[in-house]
Amino acid sequence: MLPFTLEKVTSVQAAIAAASSGRRFIAGGTTLIDLMREEVEQPAHLVDINTLPLSEIRIEGSDLVIGALARMADVAAHSDVQRLHPLVAESLIEGASPQLRNMASIGGNLLQRVRCPYFRMHDAPCNKRTPNSGCAAIEGLNAGHAILGTSDHCVATHPSDVAVALVALDATMQVRGPRGERSFPVEELFRLPGDTPHLEHTLLPGELILAVRVPGGPSSRRARYLKVRDRASYEFALVSAAAALDVEDGVIRQARLAVGGVGTRPWRLRMVEKALIGKAPDRKIFETAARLALEGARPLSGNHYKLELLPRTIVRAFEMTGEAA
Amino acid sequence: MTTNVIGNPLPRVDGRAKVTGAARYAADFNQGGQAYAVIVGATVGLGRVTGIETAPVEKMPGVVAVITHRNAPRLPYAPHKSYIDPATGERLHVLQDDQVRFYGQPVAIVVADTLDQAERAAAALRVSYTAERPLVDPADPKARPVVPEAGKQPDARLPADTARGNADSALADAPVKVDAIYEIARENHNPMEPHATVAAWNGNRLTLWSKSQFVVNEQAEIAAVFGLPPENVQVICPFIGGAFGTSLRTWPHVTLAAMAARQVERPVKLVLTRKQMFFMTGHRPRTLQRMALGATADGKLTSIVHEGTGETSRYEEFMEALTSVTTFLYSTPNVRTRYRLLPLDIGTPNHMRGPGEASGVFALECAVDELSYKLGIDPIDLRRRNEPAIDEGENKPFSSRSLMKCHDLAAERFGWSRRLPVPRSMRDGRLLVGMGMASASYPAFHAPANARARLLPDGTAEVEVAASDMGPGTYTSMTQVAAETLGLPVERVRLSLGRSDYPPAPSHGGSWTMASVGSAIRAACMAVQEEAARRPQDGRPVEATASAQRDPDVAARFSMHSFGAVFAEVAVDPDVGTIRLRRAVGAYGIGRVVNPRLARSQCIGGMIGGIGMALMERTVLDPRDGRPVNAHMADYLLPVNLDIPQLEAHFVEEIDPHVNALGVKGLGEIALVGMAPAIANAVFHATGKRVRSLPIRIEDVLSV
Amino acid sequence: MHELADSSGTGAEQPDGPRLVRREVLALGGGAALAATMPVSAPRAAATGTSPAAGSTATVPVRLVVNGREVSVEVDPRRSLLDVLRETLGLTGTKKGCNQGACGACTVLLNGRRIVSCLTLAAMHEGAEIKTIEGLETNGELHPLQAAFVEHDGLQCGFCTPGQIMSGIGCIAEGHAASPDEIRFWMSGNICRCGAYPGIVAAVADAAKRA
Repeated sequence: MLPFTLEKVTSVQAAIAAASSGRRFIAGGTTLIDLMREEVEQPAHLVDINTLPLSEIRIEGSDLVIGALARMADVAAHSDVQRLHPLVAESLIEGASPQLRNMASIGGNLLQRVRCPYFRMHDAPCNKRTPNSGCAAIEGLNAGHAILGTSDHCVATHPSDVAVALVALDATMQVRGPRGERSFPVEELFRLPGDTPHLEHTLLPGELILAVRVPGGPSSRRARYLKVRDRASYEFALVSAAAALDVEDGVIRQARLAVGGVGTRPWRLRMVEKALIGKAPDRKIFETAARLALEGARPLSGNHYKLELLPRTIVRAFEMTGEAA
Repeated sequence: MTTNVIGNPLPRVDGRAKVTGAARYAADFNQGGQAYAVIVGATVGLGRVTGIETAPVEKMPGVVAVITHRNAPRLPYAPHKSYIDPATGERLHVLQDDQVRFYGQPVAIVVADTLDQAERAAAALRVSYTAERPLVDPADPKARPVVPEAGKQPDARLPADTARGNADSALADAPVKVDAIYEIARENHNPMEPHATVAAWNGNRLTLWSKSQFVVNEQAEIAAVFGLPPENVQVICPFIGGAFGTSLRTWPHVTLAAMAARQVERPVKLVLTRKQMFFMTGHRPRTLQRMALGATADGKLTSIVHEGTGETSRYEEFMEALTSVTTFLYSTPNVRTRYRLLPLDIGTPNHMRGPGEASGVFALECAVDELSYKLGIDPIDLRRRNEPAIDEGENKPFSSRSLMKCHDLAAERFGWSRRLPVPRSMRDGRLLVGMGMASASYPAFHAPANARARLLPDGTAEVEVAASDMGPGTYTSMTQVAAETLGLPVERVRLSLGRSDYPPAPSHGGSWTMASVGSAIRAACMAVQEEAARRPQDGRPVEATASAQRDPDVAARFSMHSFGAVFAEVAVDPDVGTIRLRRAVGAYGIGRVVNPRLARSQCIGGMIGGIGMALMERTVLDPRDGRPVNAHMADYLLPVNLDIPQLEAHFVEEIDPHVNALGVKGLGEIALVGMAPAIANAVFHATGKRVRSLPIRIEDVLSV
Repeated sequence: MHELADSSGTGAEQPDGPRLVRREVLALGGGAALAATMPVSAPRAAATGTSPAAGSTATVPVRLVVNGREVSVEVDPRRSLLDVLRETLGLTGTKKGCNQGACGACTVLLNGRRIVSCLTLAAMHEGAEIKTIEGLETNGELHPLQAAFVEHDGLQCGFCTPGQIMSGIGCIAEGHAASPDEIRFWMSGNICRCGAYPGIVAAVADAAKRA
C-alpha cells in the first residue's frame, strides 16, 4: 500500500472542499482498502467522511430516502425499508457478508470497483486500471464477465446487488459538489466502458453523494431479488435479477426489471418490461419477454452460459414476485 | 484405576486455548526486534530474470534488505529427501539462479522494519524477464505424459502399471459397458491459516516457529539446505490452523525466512499472502481419468480399465494413489490400471486430503453408478454383487472390511428405500431431487513413531512427541491413549506436540497419526510403567522413550484399509441450475474410535471438504502465463455455513486385531473420499444429466 | 498487554523516498503469445513523486479502547486495525486468514458491531471500542459462546474460531440466531475450512437461548 495522508472532516462543505483539491473520500473502506493493498488504488490523500451526518434513513412523502453513509446492514434491517421496499432489503442481504454489510455504506456500495481478476493484478493488462494497456479478460478467462454493455476495451461486470434493485426502482441520487446540489437517476451514475473504461461514474470532481431516494409505487411491494451463484452466500452474482410487477385484475400494469452479473453496469431491461404490460402474469409470457433481454448481448469465450442463464433468471424472478419472500 | 478412557467422547483438551485466542500459531510468535519479509513472485510463467532494480527499493523507508538470486548466499542444499517429497526430481532451490519455472515463483525477498514498509517495497521492486509461454494446460497437445520413474519398479508402492487377467479383451467382450472420461480441477488446500515462519538465529543455531505438519522433516530439510547439523535447527509448531496436506512438505518460504533472518541479523517474520498460497505451496493436481467397466447382464463385473493422468511440475514427479483403490474395491478377474504424469510449467503439486484416492474413487464410483443405470440394478445391490472376499489385487485377506455394513447402515439412516430409481423422477415442489451414493476407501497406514513419557512425583504424567495437531483432535485423543495406558484420569496427563526436539514422529497426514503416534505413546507409557516398577521410588521423575511400528509379518499377510459409504441428496433448481446439497449420511468402518465426539467432527469436516470438491473448488490458470486467476478467497469457492445442511457421520462396530495394538485405522482422509461421487451421482439422479468433471456447477446442469 | 514486538515508526525514515516512474509495459500482450525476449515490467511500479507523504512513513496517534483498556499508539496510517491488534499490540488471538475481507477470520466487534478488521484502517477509529477474543472472559470464566463452542465442538484447527466466536456474538446481538437456518445464513461470513459448521450452528443456537 502506498503511503497517504488521512484527515477527518466533520462537515459536508469541508468534505467537498477537500475533494475539490483532489482528495479521495473513504467511508466503509471495504473496497478502497482492499484495492489500496493491491496498489490498484493509489490515493495520496484520504478524507474520512464517516462522521458526516448522512446516515439517516427516512420517509419523505411516498419516497424512501437513504443517507449515503447508511450502512448496508442498517438499511436492510430498517423497518420502513422492509415494509415499503423489500426489494432493496433483499438485494442488500444477498450481498457480501454480515460483517462487510456492517461496514459498507450505500454510497460506497454504488461506487465499488469491478471484480475482474485482471483489474486486481498489476502484472496483467487492464484498460480500466491502466488506460491503453489492453484487456486481459477479453481473450483470457472470462466466465464471470459481462455480455451486455461491453466494449473492445473492457468487459467487467458491475458487482453491486443493491444497485440493480435501485435501478429497477427508478431511484435517484442526490449529490452535492462545488457547484451545488443536483439529482439524477441512479442508472445514470454508471458509465458504459466504451473506450474510457477507467471512467466509471458520472460524478463531477468534488461531488459527494448525500442520499439515494427511492420512489414509492404500486409495484415495489411485489418485487423480488434473485441472485444466482454456485455458493449459497458470500459470493458475487453469476446472474441476478430485480423484478417487480404491479398486477391489477389479473393484468400486468407495470413491470420493472434490472439485472446484475451480466452488464458492465446495473442493467435495466425496459424492452422486457414493455413486453409484459397488459398481459396476464404467467410463465409463458415471462419466457417470451425474457428473450428480449439478450438483444445486443455479446458473449465471450467463457460466458456463453449467461445467454441461457439470464433469461431463466428473469423468468424465475418474475415468478417469485408472486411468492412470499 | 481409570479404564475405558479410550472411546469416551471427551471435549477437546485444547478447546479452552482455542476459544480464548491463547493457542498460538506460527505467525503469533512475534519476536522482539523482528523485521518483516515479503516475497516477490515472478510475473511470468516461464523464463529468466534479466534485471532487478534493487537500488531504489533499498533506499525506501524501513527497508533493511532486498535479496535476489544475485546477492543471495549460495546455499549448500545438501541432498535431502523424505518420503513426503517426490521420489524423482529435486526441490526448488530458491534464489539460487535466474530461472523462472512457474508463475509466482519467488524471485526476491524484501525485508523491512514494518509489514507496511515491506509490502510497499516488495510491490515497488522492478523485475524484468525474458518470458516464454508456459505450458500449463493438461489438455494442450504439447503436454506429453510420462511414466513416473518411481512407478516403474516392480515393487513400487504406486506402480505405474498393474494388470490381472486380460482387462481389455474382457472389456471388449462384456455385454454391458461403461467407458468414460472423468476430469477433476486443480484444487488448493486453502487452510484458514496462511503459511508462516518466524526465523531467529542465535550464532549458528536457528529457531523456526513455522507452520508444519512434519516438524522433524522441516528440521532435517532446513539443516540440509543450510549445511547445519540437524540439532542446530529447532522447529516449533504447537498448533496448525488447518493444512490438509499443504504443510507436509517444507516449501521455499521457510528457507527464505531463515536466509533473510541471517542476512539482517534479526528475527524475521514471513507470512505468505493468500494469493501466494495458490502457487507456492502445492495443490491437488488436475487429473484426467478414463474408467471403463465391463459387466454381465446380471451385474457381475468382468473388467475394469483405469487410466489416470495427473499433472506435475517440470522439476519433480509428484505421485499419488490415483489408481490404487481400483485394484481391490470390487471383485473382478480382469483389471488393468495405468498411471501417468503430465509435466507442466507449474509448481509441484502435493498431497491434499485423500490424495489420489479422492480423485480415483470419484471416477470409479461414478462409473459404477453409470453401470447401475445401464443394468437397471440398484447401485447398492450392484456393489453387493461385486463385493470381494479378499483383496484380489494383492491376493491377501483384508485385516477387516466393513464396506457392506457401512452401506446397510448409511442406507437405512438415509432412507434410501424412498428413492425412486428413475432419474428425474423425484421432485420437491419445483425442485428436482436426486439421491446418490458411493463407496469410499483409504489405506490404514502405519509409520514408525517414537514418544516419551514421564511420570512426575505429583502423580501426573507428561508425554512428548514431535507430532502435530492440525485440527483432528490429536491433543485430546493421544491424551486419552496415554491416560488409559497409564491408568490416570485425563486431567493428570499433559501432552506436548510440535517441537522437533521431541521424539520423532511421522508426518501428520495420511490418516496415520492415531495409529502411528498413538501406538508409540502407548508403548512409551507401558515402558515408563515398567521403568517405574523396576526403580526404587525416590521421588524423582521416571522417564522412558519408546517406539512402535507395525509388525512387518502382519503387514505382509493382510491388506489394510478403511472403508465407508456415503449417501447424498441434492436439489437442483430446474430454472437457474443451482445445486444444493440437502443432506448427507456417511458410515465408516475405521476400526476403533478413540473419541466419538471428535471423530464425528473430523468426519463431517471431511465430508464438507468433499462437498467443496464436488460443487465449488477449482483453481483456474490463465494458459497465457500460468497465473491462477482466482487466487482469492472470494473467487476460489469453499463451502460457507449456509451451504452445509444436516450431515450425519456414523461408525460401524469394527474390531481389527491386525492393524495395530490400538485397533485404529484412521479417518481423516476417508471422510472426504466418496463425497464427491455421491453428490455427482445424486446430481445425475436429480437431472438425468451425467456430469463427469468436477466441480459441478450451474452451467453444467443448465441445459437440463 | 504484550510488549510491542513491532518496530513501527522507529525504522530509519527516508524523507525523500524513491521516485519511480510508472511503467505501463505489462506482462501480457492482449492474448498474443509472448515474444521470447519481450521485457516485462515489474508489478506496481510506484508513482510516488508528488505526494508529501510518499517518501516517509509518518505515523499518526490513535487512541483505542481495546477490551476495556485504553491504549494510545502511533500507527502508520496504512496499518489495518487487524495489524495494529496483532503486530502493534501483540493481541494475536485475532487471525489474519486472507487479508481480503473474504474469510472472516479477523472479525472483531467495533463499537459493538462485528466487522472484518483487515479492511479498516486503525487510524480511522479514534476513540473506538474494540472487543477481541482476548476480552471475552470475565474473571477466568468463559463467555457463554466460548463455552458453547467447546461443548458443541464448533472447532477443529481453531484458527477461524476467534472470528467465528466474535461473529457469533454479533449474530446473537443482532437477533439473527432464532433458528439453525437463520444462523447458517448470518454466520456465512466466516469460513471454516475444517468444516465445523454444524457445531458452530449448534453453539450459536445454544448460546442464543441462554442470552
